[in-house]
Amino acid sequence: MLKITNLHATVDGTEILKGINLEVAPGEIHAIMGPNGSGKSTLAQVLAGHDAFTVTEGSVRYENEDLLDMAPEDRARKGVFLAFQYPVEIPGVNSAYFLRTGLNEVRKARGEEEIDAYDFLALIREKMALVEMDESFLKRSVNEGFSGGEKKRHEVLQMAVLEPRLAILDETDSGLDIDALRVVAHGVNQLHTPQNSAIVVTHYQRLLEYIVPDFVHVLMDGRIVRSGGKELALQLEDKGYDWIREETAAAAAATQPAGA
Amino acid sequence: MAADNDTISGYTAAFEGFEASLNGGARSPLHARRREAIAHLQEHGLPTARFEAWRHTNPAPLANGCFPPVVTAGKLSAEAIQPFVVSGIDGPLLVFADGQFVPGLSRVGDLPDGVQVHSLSAADSETAAIITANLAALALGAEHGFAALNTAFVRDGAVVTIHAGCTMDVPVQILHVSTGQAGLTTPRTLVVAAAGSRASVVETFASTTAGAGVLTSSVAEIVVGAGAVVEHARIHLHGADSLHAGTMHVTEEQDARFTAHTFCLAGRILREDVHTVLRGEHIESTLNGLSLPLGDDHVDNYTTIEHVAPDCSSHELYKGVVGGRAHNVFRGKIHVHQAAQRTDAYQSNQNLLMSDDAEINSKPQLEIYADDVKCSHGSTTGQLDPDALFYLQARGVGLQQARGVLTRAFAGELVDRLQHEGLRTHVERLVSARLDAVLADQGGAR
Ligand SMILES: Nc1ncnc2c1ncn2[C@@H]1O[C@H](COP(=O)(O)OP(=O)(O)OP(=O)(O)O)[C@@H](O)[C@H]1O
Ligand SMILES: [Mg+2]
Repeated sequence: MLKITNLHATVDGTEILKGINLEVAPGEIHAIMGPNGSGKSTLAQVLAGHDAFTVTEGSVRYENEDLLDMAPEDRARKGVFLAFQYPVEIPGVNSAYFLRTGLNEVRKARGEEEIDAYDFLALIREKMALVEMDESFLKRSVNEGFSGGEKKRHEVLQMAVLEPRLAILDETDSGLDIDALRVVAHGVNQLHTPQNSAIVVTHYQRLLEYIVPDFVHVLMDGRIVRSGGKELALQLEDKGYDWIREETAAAAAATQPAGA
Repeated sequence: MAADNDTISGYTAAFEGFEASLNGGARSPLHARRREAIAHLQEHGLPTARFEAWRHTNPAPLANGCFPPVVTAGKLSAEAIQPFVVSGIDGPLLVFADGQFVPGLSRVGDLPDGVQVHSLSAADSETAAIITANLAALALGAEHGFAALNTAFVRDGAVVTIHAGCTMDVPVQILHVSTGQAGLTTPRTLVVAAAGSRASVVETFASTTAGAGVLTSSVAEIVVGAGAVVEHARIHLHGADSLHAGTMHVTEEQDARFTAHTFCLAGRILREDVHTVLRGEHIESTLNGLSLPLGDDHVDNYTTIEHVAPDCSSHELYKGVVGGRAHNVFRGKIHVHQAAQRTDAYQSNQNLLMSDDAEINSKPQLEIYADDVKCSHGSTTGQLDPDALFYLQARGVGLQQARGVLTRAFAGELVDRLQHEGLRTHVERLVSARLDAVLADQGGAR
């Protein structure tokens, strides 16, 4: 479904991603962990198409198409969804309008008809129940005055409405209480089918008890330096990142020519 | 004093011709006002580029050269005015073509007790007394000569009076239409809301042509009695080549609630002066404005709020979405007199530049002579938030549509402030259509 090969990306001339390789097959859930500032959000934003980042090398194939060649809206229409680490406030645009506008664009791209107001209300009620959000949020400006946890639920709500094929969740668990964590995880799991995949960026093993990953990757200084199964997350929780950093440095030194 | 003597002598000659055509009418109280006005004009002239109040708007296209007053109104059909009429409101509608009343297209209908809606020319004796007492009482002290120009040549106008304690729920619609006849037209409006009354008035300036050579010099005077609640909206939909210099003068008494909305949607040069005086205590006064210039348009909103008495609050929000090579100007003066303790005044001017060639000037001007006041102002100018655009794109919304969504939201704040639902829907449609044009106008060379 997704194949990232040797991806390099810069922001304002500084290289942040330094050769990412990652392959996600249909139905798989991949967790990405790593220290602050290692490039996790950058990877997520590059996949979603943010133009603050410049891809300098490498490729990304999504369902056998060149993902990097597509406008952000086309990626979304083709089923790529990014749950933002920092959801943006949009004063004056209410949540219902925002959700419906996005949904209709995605539906049009799928060759479906635009949803009418009545059906939309029914759909949105069902999805809001899923993420346990009050309907009063529909009338509020997108993310304006939402608490941290409400913003994250609202991201999951958008995901539930748009039903993406590839969901990328950037720290959707950060700032959530235990109940909210379960709600968010439930939202993600609902969407999980043998066809749909997810990339879950998180700092906490705790989320992975609810969303069970097939693979865990460690991103450090712009590279994936280690991959493993879900037990890797437990190891990281236990020991932190230093041991990986040391092992990676040692491996790098070993490949240096002698005397260099 | 006059900046351009040829211009003033042109108007003087036109005035003499006008006066000669009036016969008996020349002895009316209204004509006495006209004479005062032409004298005022002769003495003070029209503004020049040296006037501080015209710092960012070159008055020459409006003030240099005499625009011969339009004497005979052009033809106007029901179809032609239909886009400018708020549908679904069955209240009174007064239609003026080139400044003259058109009874055939107007309607007054059944009015609530104590409410009168007239044209100036057809006022009954009671309204005539109100006109005599109020017309030009406010406007003649204006900072520049355009109010005098209007008064000198005023032929007709709209008069809305509401007796104490009476209510007019449905907005009274006043439509000033230019049929494209070159020259000066002088729309005039007087609203007198007595103590404890409620009223809503919407004035639309429209044109059936691009209106090259058309100068509209309008004056509105609004008297808001004690405890009265008045909402007034002005929609500027002039022809793309038309010029407009308007003044609105408001006086507010104790406990009044006054809200003005100014939508500058079309016109080549649009200058609008609003001056409101808060004369009693506990008044709440709000000025809202939205300007959407494009191409080579120039809009200048020049506002003055005078706090004369204590314990009043005023709120002012003007926004602009500026496309093409257009220029949007805002001046917001808040004058707090020494007696106006505990004044609470807030002013904000926000602009979105939709093209590299668009330009704005924003000038707050606080003159505060009382010591216990809360006054604040803010001004922002920028482009659409790139993060918000990306967020919308990431949800499948195309870039152009996303720009539309965000600008509509920005402008929508002012549309939403209209109280009457039918009026709100009407303005929303006009604003939306205009925004599409502004968004499409990326400027560049002519
Ligand atoms: N616009 C920018 N300008 C300069 N540097 C940037 C910009 N955006 C990101 N960076 C830098 O890129 C690096 C990677 O940031 P990124 O947000 O991808 O980290 P992260 O792994 O998501 O961290 P966290 O766990 O804290 O969310 C950081 O050092 C950050 O400061
Ligand atoms: Mg991050």
